[in-house]
Amino acid sequence: MSAKIREYPGEEIKTRDLMEGRVPVVRWRPEAKYAWAAGVAMSRFLKELKMGRIIARRCRKCGRIVVPPRMFCEWCFRPTDEWVYVKDTGIINTYSVSYLAADATRLKEPIIVAVIELDGASKGIGILHVLGEVKPDDVKFGMRVKAVWEPPGKRTGAITDIKYFKPVQEA
Amino acid sequence: MKVWRLLRKSVSPRNFYSKLLYIINFFHLNEVKMLREVAIVGVGCTGFKSITPDMSYKELMFEAATKAYEDAGVDPRRDIDGFVCCSEDYWEGYSIFDEYVPDQIGAALKHLCTVTADGLYGLITSFMQIRAGAFDIAAVEAHSKASDILTFAGIVAFALDPVFNRPLGGHPHYIAGLEMKRYLYETQATKEQCAHVVVKNKKNALDNPLAAYGANITVEDVLESEPLFYPLSRLDASPLADGCVVMVLASDSVARKLTDTPIWIKGVGWNSDTPWLETRNWGRAIHTELAAEMAYKMAGIRNPGKDIDLFEIDDQFSYKELQHLEALKVCKRGEAGKLTEEGVTQRDGDLPVNPSGGLLGVGYALETSGLQKVLEVVLQLRGEARKRQVSDIKTGLAQIWRGVPTASGAVIVLGGR
Amino acid sequence: MFVKKRVAVVGAGLTLFRRNLKETGRELAYEATKMALDSAGLNLKDIDCVTLGSAPDAFDGIHMKGENLVDGAGAWRKPYSRVFVGGGTGVFVANAGWWHVASGLFDTCLVVAEEKMSSCFPHPQYAFTTIFDPIMDRPLGINLVWIFALEMHRYMHVHGIKKEQIALVSVKNKGNALNHPCAQLPAKITVEDVLNSEVMVWPVQRLDVSPTSDGAAAIVLASEDVAKKVTNNPVWIDGVGWCIDSTYWTNRDLYYPKYVECAARMAYKMAGIKNPRKEIDVAEPYDPFDYKELHHMEGLLLCKKGEAPKLTEEGVTQRDGDLPVNPSGGLLGVGNPIAAAGLMKVCEIFWQLRGEAGKRQVPGDPRTGVAQAWGDLMQYGSVTVMRS
Repeated sequence: MSAKIREYPGEEIKTRDLMEGRVPVVRWRPEAKYAWAAGVAMSRFLKELKMGRIIARRCRKCGRIVVPPRMFCEWCFRPTDEWVYVKDTGIINTYSVSYLAADATRLKEPIIVAVIELDGASKGIGILHVLGEVKPDDVKFGMRVKAVWEPPGKRTGAITDIKYFKPVQEA
Repeated sequence: MKVWRLLRKSVSPRNFYSKLLYIINFFHLNEVKMLREVAIVGVGCTGFKSITPDMSYKELMFEAATKAYEDAGVDPRRDIDGFVCCSEDYWEGYSIFDEYVPDQIGAALKHLCTVTADGLYGLITSFMQIRAGAFDIAAVEAHSKASDILTFAGIVAFALDPVFNRPLGGHPHYIAGLEMKRYLYETQATKEQCAHVVVKNKKNALDNPLAAYGANITVEDVLESEPLFYPLSRLDASPLADGCVVMVLASDSVARKLTDTPIWIKGVGWNSDTPWLETRNWGRAIHTELAAEMAYKMAGIRNPGKDIDLFEIDDQFSYKELQHLEALKVCKRGEAGKLTEEGVTQRDGDLPVNPSGGLLGVGYALETSGLQKVLEVVLQLRGEARKRQVSDIKTGLAQIWRGVPTASGAVIVLGGR
Repeated sequence: MFVKKRVAVVGAGLTLFRRNLKETGRELAYEATKMALDSAGLNLKDIDCVTLGSAPDAFDGIHMKGENLVDGAGAWRKPYSRVFVGGGTGVFVANAGWWHVASGLFDTCLVVAEEKMSSCFPHPQYAFTTIFDPIMDRPLGINLVWIFALEMHRYMHVHGIKKEQIALVSVKNKGNALNHPCAQLPAKITVEDVLNSEVMVWPVQRLDVSPTSDGAAAIVLASEDVAKKVTNNPVWIDGVGWCIDSTYWTNRDLYYPKYVECAARMAYKMAGIKNPRKEIDVAEPYDPFDYKELHHMEGLLLCKKGEAPKLTEEGVTQRDGDLPVNPSGGLLGVGNPIAAAGLMKVCEIFWQLRGEAGKRQVPGDPRTGVAQAWGDLMQYGSVTVMRS
């Protein structure tokens, strides 16, 4: 480093010092609440989820059928043309096995998350979801899976109306 | 050839060495001219509304972008190289909002960046990028989905210093109230004069199809409206609005090919005064004074009141229009209130200010405010402002302030040439 | 015909990177800025404008945090703006400084990057949940590491790469960091240590990951005329590039960072680089996870797709190898205060190209270096090419 520099600034403290009040701390919980308008595309998507179906949009120019649905095609930059239902089955594009919850605490039972390319959508078009009824070691790339839905009465119009995807035997 | 003609015309230099010096100076000055000029060649706006429950922010952006690209006659996938978006995480409710912008404006797998500031800062950023030679055609976007925010005051409070200011509590717009009181005290301007700003702007907004809050009100209406943070009353503060504006910029020769009415960026300036409430100057908008100085220097403006024909300046709170007019050196300190009372800043006056309706009439669309103002200047300079058209204008100015609790502002001077 | 201004880095400053630093965000920015100015022998009055890069406001706990940092960044009564492109911010802010000067508007620019992740309680990880789509992803209880694990797994699957090969990167970088005075987690570890470390989200294990940190970095940029007066060894920013990919990451194949290639091409074109593997002497790609160094090496066109693990195995990317990669120790070794980490890489290239990197110096008089950062939802690539 430049010869002029003797030491690098910064005074280290430990998290415990902060938690136990050995360092002056000011706490604040932000009041930040939002209610996002889902818009035309996602509102329909959520409505269809409530009815146990997954809906996508097709762009006639490039021919892609995309999910999550969107009113514009990002590659052609034009409005998408029509609604298309896709199946609730698909293959695993990639997956990982999580021992961490959203707040970084450890989980006893791991969550298996995967990107699932849905049947009926264009190749490579997938959604994120969790896998169930399968052990981590048994999951394979390209494995065929099917959605397990919440019963109709318990669906709220959310991605969690699908409980998880489970492996199915190839026909 | 030009050099020799100029030399022969020149009066003073007679001997050879003076002429040589003259030639050298000529080229030095022209080196500055050879820096790329940048123009706005397309604009698109969704209009400003108090709520937009039917559309997501993505759909708003797609609409404004489509309109802008149509106006400029470009295909973003093929023609536009650089994109600049403006957003602040906490207005949107997403962290790293930059993730969510490319697709709906045609920027997927393209050179896009996000500036966390008002759309005017984004425009200036794009201007610098084109000037530096990075791109020939660029697009700038800013939007507001204020109606998605449930706790607006809580979020503004979140911008206050966590150690010194937040623990005091209260709705953070008390800071605007403090500033208004100090401004009125120092300049001897009156609440009535501030109310005239509100009346003018809301009336102007009635002629603006994009505006959300146009209204025919009186000075009494403003003075009798519910006090918020005295001396600020309810009608002194701009109500929130949703909306999106997209603009397309291009470098000189490209701009001329794309449109017959390029609006040239003549000068830009931006500045930040201290973030500390405790040490700032409450009576003057120093950030705007310094930003304007920079913009005027670049644009060759010596007498803003005379050289500039139209002003779209930040009036998020009524007194701000007066404070900013003085900071822009359009009039002497303490004079703005009187000028407003006398009607000088009306659309048909000598110094038209906020012919679009300003934020008071159009709506305060968070970080889109700057682009809304530039949009008005562009439409006016193009002669497309219809009922709001101010006659005989060649140069316009747009200015914004970044809102409570900041002391940052930006200024841009545009010309039709 | 237009006159393009050449821009050089003339000074750099860096604070320690630690899990918790006592300084506030402003103080960190000040320390780095002061150091950069001192190293260039300049004063604040010599600086025409300031640009700052800092990642999500949610960590520092301040909305519009760019405004809060104005005085710490030396921007009082100066033109000041903040850019924010997620993790790519650190290198991107250097690009932002570049266009401030190259546009001809200013002669000098101060570029600052600051991050104070420790403010977020109970753990900065939790703030990351807010970067995800509230309809498609957040309801699943998503953790940030999930998606990087998905990308890592896809990369491994497509090219048939094993964890042992990837772990070599962590070993190299943490080892390199032993010579970095600001490093948070320098360590002498082995591949076995990595493979035995706690599984976070398979295939990501604890020693594959960089930590959350506090820290700040700053560099001073100057136009050609001024640079030559300030120092007799300016490092030129010859190429800048940035690119963003589609938000819909579940609709993309994650095995290759197209966006890094796109940004790299933009920068290489500007710098006149036709054969990156040969022309670049030292590289600092972004490595928040060990597999990312490999991923980005391919994106930077430093090797063919899938070839990066082989280069690592052969020792090509060691400090004394043919293409030293992350001689600083990268994020894995030095720490990951998001934006400051990226600018740390630019500082490293600056010091390397001037021969001032001390024990970390890459031998052989390197002349051309590239720094790269990555951000958003596996979407953003920002690249800076520097030459001495």
